[in-house]
Amino acid sequence: MSATILTVDDSASIRLTTRVALTNAGYQVTEAVDGLDGLAKLNAGQFDLIVTDLNMPNMDGLTMIRELRKLPAHMGVPVIFLTTESDAELKAEAKAAGATGWLTKPFDPESLVKIARKVLGK
Amino acid sequence: MSFPDPIAVFRTEAAELLEQIEAGLLDLNVNLGDKDQVDAVFRGLHTLKGSGAMFGFEALAAFTHHCETAFDRVRKGEVPATHALVTAVLGARDHMRALVETPMGDHEAMSETLLDNLRRAVDGADSGDAAAPAAGPARILYKIRFSLPQNAMANGTNPLPLLDELRDLGTCRIVADRSKIPSLDVLAPTDLHIAWDVELLTDQPRSAIDDVFIFVMDDMELVVEEVAAPVEPEAPVTTIKAPAAAPEPTISSSLPAPAAVASPATNAPADAKAAKAAENVRVPAERLDELMDRVGELVIAQSRLSQLAGGSGDLQLRAVSEDVERLSGELRDTMMVLRMVPVTQLFGRFRRLVHDLANETGKRIELVTEGETTEVDKSVIERLADPMVHLVRNSCDHGLETAEERRVAGKPEAGRIHLSARQQAGEVIITIKDDGRGINKDRVRAKAESSGLIQPNASLTDQELYQLIFQPGFSTAQAVTNLSGRGVGMDVVKRTIDALRGTINVVSRPGEGSEISLAIPLTLAIIDGLLVRVGNARYVIPLSAVEECLELSVEEDMRSRGRSFISLRDSLVPFLRLRDLFRTGTKPDPFQKVVVISTGSERVGLVVDQIIGDHQTVIKGMSKLHHDVGMFSGATILGDGGVALILDVGHLVAEGQQQEAHLRAAG
Repeated sequence: MSATILTVDDSASIRLTTRVALTNAGYQVTEAVDGLDGLAKLNAGQFDLIVTDLNMPNMDGLTMIRELRKLPAHMGVPVIFLTTESDAELKAEAKAAGATGWLTKPFDPESLVKIARKVLGK
Repeated sequence: MSFPDPIAVFRTEAAELLEQIEAGLLDLNVNLGDKDQVDAVFRGLHTLKGSGAMFGFEALAAFTHHCETAFDRVRKGEVPATHALVTAVLGARDHMRALVETPMGDHEAMSETLLDNLRRAVDGADSGDAAAPAAGPARILYKIRFSLPQNAMANGTNPLPLLDELRDLGTCRIVADRSKIPSLDVLAPTDLHIAWDVELLTDQPRSAIDDVFIFVMDDMELVVEEVAAPVEPEAPVTTIKAPAAAPEPTISSSLPAPAAVASPATNAPADAKAAKAAENVRVPAERLDELMDRVGELVIAQSRLSQLAGGSGDLQLRAVSEDVERLSGELRDTMMVLRMVPVTQLFGRFRRLVHDLANETGKRIELVTEGETTEVDKSVIERLADPMVHLVRNSCDHGLETAEERRVAGKPEAGRIHLSARQQAGEVIITIKDDGRGINKDRVRAKAESSGLIQPNASLTDQELYQLIFQPGFSTAQAVTNLSGRGVGMDVVKRTIDALRGTINVVSRPGEGSEISLAIPLTLAIIDGLLVRVGNARYVIPLSAVEECLELSVEEDMRSRGRSFISLRDSLVPFLRLRDLFRTGTKPDPFQKVVVISTGSERVGLVVDQIIGDHQTVIKGMSKLHHDVGMFSGATILGDGGVALILDVGHLVAEGQQQEAHLRAAG
């Protein structure tokens, strides 16, 4: 069975880009539009990897990460967050919240797939 | 009857598989493109792994798995078959034998070293110091030690993909340091306490290592050291990986050319072989020995019956006795044939030896075998192996010249070792022939004189001179090499062949090569003997050693008192009075006989009271208690139920010669 990935982003185009790239790489992709939606999706199922934006309406990525790390079922799920070069502080904060890795925006779809492979293993 | 021990069955099977694998590898070495041999080796490895795992030979199965994987890749065309690969797997194959024989032994370090060789052979990693491929950056050995934050796993970092990434960078050994793991009662299962020590040989830049740890870099402990030269493994290794296919390096050009092997008798199609195997029944050797014993006793009982019947007037009894005599004779002959095995097996192992010797000496050596279907008693085959190894080594090492010398001498560059076997009147003749420089007679003579084996300027025939090579402590090698030339070995050859009641014959022509023939009786279990009487007891002298029988007249006996020589056609032959030697305490018969026995060049006479006649006899070994009795090699039961001891010819000849030397010294 191929690995399942939850992508959390408020931007439809980014969601589409990540979906196309990850689906082509053989992963199953579920989408959420913000942190709250993300947690709802997490309650409904199990994921092997979460890729999330940080700045989102309703619930931001940092909060979502902190919340999901409290859920026993999702404790060890790798979480990759999208960040820019400029917010180094935010990066440290996200890691402290329990994120596994990051992807620097703007990113190309290939590097996303590479990171998914890196974190998920072969 | 009990069921055979499954482990023993597996060991037998494994031995056969290993032989198959070796033969396949050696064939492959001659023709690297031979797909059939690649398949054969793969199948052998596969079966060995499978059965090994089934019978609890875990280490064997795990080790073989790597070789199997390598050959699977060759089979699929992912990596080419190379001489380096063949050599690596040959080495691994020897190790597999050790794993089969002593599964509980400490093989781990050896396994790692061999797998390392294999890995290098597969991806051509060690091509750097061979004929290096021009392209590609130098490989650097990094020592890496890292540990992740305790909560890394809880935060979604899985260490395994990190280790995989490291492995993808090059050749990698990874050792987990588990010393920090707390006891179970305080261990939180989501916490990470393991540190890793990694040795990584890679052509990737240092930054590639940092990239592996990019997400955890800030929180982890990471020490990366650059080591100048690749080092041998010192720590136990927990994980091994065969790296992806790399282009075939041009290693082969720096190695000596492989030994070419021509073996006309082994070209039978595989189908025919399989069909033949199906018709065979496998019987443990000791059962054959047991059967042989029973047949021997039957023959003895039968001859008692014949004696009784012969003395009785009962015609019916005589008729039955004659039938039994005929049948037991036939049974014995059939039994003899059962014990015979072709010398193929024996010759087979020399292909490997010559291959290794060619590599070690850097000479080009061809092995040609002939007459592999010749059959010899199984116990003879077993004991012939060691002396033959000595002789073949000697030929390769001392006999054959280097390619350069051969070219100058106008010979083909590849030296040739020719092994042949044939049957000849109750004996098997095994010949080891080389087309090398031949035995240097002057050097043999000089050496023999300097070590006191012969008198200066003693007149010796060529054969007598060559036989000196087999004397203890004799060696003409000017330089001691790894292979031979320490002066041990050739006398061992002589001793073993003597024990087999065989003889050694040497022919040599300067510049053309030498030929050593071993003539061995077909079987050890039965000998033709001369039955003699000394005092009240009877003894058997192996007929093959008997040269002639003479009468020792009373006058000559009287004349020879005080000195123990008889004159035999102008040469003095020392003799031993067996009556004195065995301390029979009896008076000599009026017409004593002298049986002259010899071992090749040396002769001695044995004074006996009576020669009874020819006697074909089944040899029974001496008990452990009589292990160090030198004068007798065994015993046999006679037709009337009596026991006769079998004289050890080699020992008696040595004794006679010693006595002679002693008397000569005394003047």
